[in-house]
Amino acid sequence: MRIALAATCIADAMFPQAPKAVVTLLERLGHEVVFPPAQACCGQMHVNTGYLAEAVPVVRNHVRTFAPVADGEWDAVVVPSGSCTGSIRHQQRMVLEGAGLPAEARAATAVAERTYELSELLVDVLGVTDVGAWFPHRVTYHPTCHSLRMLGVGDKPERLLRAVEGLELVPLEQAEGCCGFGGTFSLKNADTSAAMLDDKVANVVETGAEVLTAGDWSCLMHIGGGLSRAGTGVRPMHLGEILASTREAPVHPADREEVSR
Amino acid sequence: MSTFLGMPAMRAGRGPSPDAAPGTLGGVGRPEDPLHWGATFPDAAKAALENEQLRRNLGNATRTIRTKRARVVGEVPDWEALRDAGSAIKADVLARLPELLETLERNVTARGGVVHWARDAAEANRIVADLVRAKETDEVVKVKSMATQEIGLNEALAEEGIAAVETDLAELIVQLADDMPSHILVPAIHRNRTEIRDIFLERMADAPPDLTDVPRELAMAARAHLRRKFLSAKVAISGANFAVADTGTLAVVESEGNGRMCLTLPETLITVMGIEKLVPTFDDLEVFLQLLPRSSTGERMNPYTSMWTGVTPGDGPQEFHLVLLDNGRTKVLADEAGRSALHCIRCSACLNVCPVYERVGGHAYGSVYPGPIGAILTPQLTGEKSDLPYASTLCGACYEVCPVKIDIPSILVELRAREVALAGSAPDAGDRVWKAAMKAASFAMADGDRFRRAARVPRALRAISRHGVIKRLPFPGSLWTRSRDLPEPPKQTFRDWWAEREDER
Repeated sequence: MRIALAATCIADAMFPQAPKAVVTLLERLGHEVVFPPAQACCGQMHVNTGYLAEAVPVVRNHVRTFAPVADGEWDAVVVPSGSCTGSIRHQQRMVLEGAGLPAEARAATAVAERTYELSELLVDVLGVTDVGAWFPHRVTYHPTCHSLRMLGVGDKPERLLRAVEGLELVPLEQAEGCCGFGGTFSLKNADTSAAMLDDKVANVVETGAEVLTAGDWSCLMHIGGGLSRAGTGVRPMHLGEILASTREAPVHPADREEVSR
Repeated sequence: MSTFLGMPAMRAGRGPSPDAAPGTLGGVGRPEDPLHWGATFPDAAKAALENEQLRRNLGNATRTIRTKRARVVGEVPDWEALRDAGSAIKADVLARLPELLETLERNVTARGGVVHWARDAAEANRIVADLVRAKETDEVVKVKSMATQEIGLNEALAEEGIAAVETDLAELIVQLADDMPSHILVPAIHRNRTEIRDIFLERMADAPPDLTDVPRELAMAARAHLRRKFLSAKVAISGANFAVADTGTLAVVESEGNGRMCLTLPETLITVMGIEKLVPTFDDLEVFLQLLPRSSTGERMNPYTSMWTGVTPGDGPQEFHLVLLDNGRTKVLADEAGRSALHCIRCSACLNVCPVYERVGGHAYGSVYPGPIGAILTPQLTGEKSDLPYASTLCGACYEVCPVKIDIPSILVELRAREVALAGSAPDAGDRVWKAAMKAASFAMADGDRFRRAARVPRALRAISRHGVIKRLPFPGSLWTRSRDLPEPPKQTFRDWWAEREDER
């Protein structure tokens, strides 16, 4: 399959290891990955903060950039983020309709219908749960709110993780509780966000895991920031980074810069 | 089956607690406007977060109710179908509210009740005060009612020299402490049993002097105190969980039986009800009487369900008045984006699952309607600028449990857009900063080339990182680094890496 990658703005600028891992993984599985360079952001931050007018050009750019998937030029769009996938699926059409752009709203729907979060793409579209990964570490999984509730990915990420050779998956207490990031919530309600983070960090530490994984680097940035501040040594890693790791090209939790080849 | 009263244990010891000095048990006081009071949400939340006892009380209580709710909801095979049915009935009610209200009025009147219409809080309070005064009494008993909380009825009656005695146990605790409820269903959830014992000893004149903090003893003390009130009251005031349009029947569901005492003993009964509480037919109750108790207290069925239709000569109250309250509801109804907030049956499930409510409690919301439903209902009812739509991470837990499927996260987003619009007309310094930041981000994020350059900017922060992390950023980044580290930005963005790789091929 030809799969277009929507890297997400935050991963592109701050956590390139996640989209790099997606490229490594999908190429290993025999697929072609395309990165349309006109992409920037899905518009989620603007929409969720209430700046709908400012979201319009951002959303239009995303829809235009990925419109070829609707014409069959690519087979699917993959996003290494549950919340960005959620925004693409549930908010973009609404923003464009609200701006009086019905044709673009229809285009947004067509793009959204072929856009998948990573675990959805692997399990539902490509039909694999064992991706041939090897990651001999103790890992706990945080099901991010938007993956869990907006997308309904269910246990797909856990099924993928359980199929990873050498990986020990340990359950996380209060796993479904929000970490407190919430985009601009972490700034507008900084104290409440920090209180929620404290509890999440305590629960992660309790597992004794070396690595905390999730399908979204925004939540991982938040929880990882708390894990780091508390001096826990627990490493945040994107689901894709773990799935990209093999015996031949292992990814070590401590390596941040070079994930793929 | 036990009923959870919001009384987690604090200390195992007996006797007066060491920190129970007189005057320390008072609550937040009674505000001018119960719909909107106090500090901004972030400020009130900050204060609440510093109260560790409060956080423990809330954590214990919400976890208990959450677990119970999940268990009993899991027993119902057609729960999702029931939610759909509840939502559909409410949508139908809102679509033909005027017609159904007139049907209700006709049927209540035909069965000997009197219907009054109140546009706002002042009008409703006036109607009730006049009705009570006509009975020449200066004390009334009340069953817990959100509608009368919303309009500040007790305070309005007090100004007329009429004492309104709350008979719900938790509501009595709140009233004695000169406090405000902090939860829709469990108004005293922020208090633990030791605090409640201390409040009774300090504020309830006939409390046994050797009262301990055992829940049963507390309940018995309140029961003895209230029994005298029930037997002497000539007038009772209630809310209503439901009103059936085509029979004129009112319904109250409760756990303690205090409501039934109010509804049956006094000669005159006055019910104050929000106009959205209607259901079209008696059969519709079937849906809500399954949805409500499981969602609210995590019980299969609430212990007491009372229904009354007009008056019955020689049995129960001989005079029945129904006050139909608007107080902003028609304004909410007119708002297509937010009107489904009126589906709410006040079960509180959204409060109990909300990670924000769990940390900061109800008072931080500065309204009788706290939590996720309050965050959408309060700003819509008042129409004022509010920071409540931002008091959420949009985690979606509230939508997941709502028995009538109110899509609270989506409405929050709509209301945030409204806040931005309201801020545009009279922006303060904070509004200007946010607007400028969002405009700049919009510019950078609407074009691949512009984003390519912007994405390289964080790289400059590598200069201040130590061992791969940044521990302190200047404002507004300091809001982040006060509690969390930021990882060192990468040397190369993803897109630059991709371009390099393409060139190598």
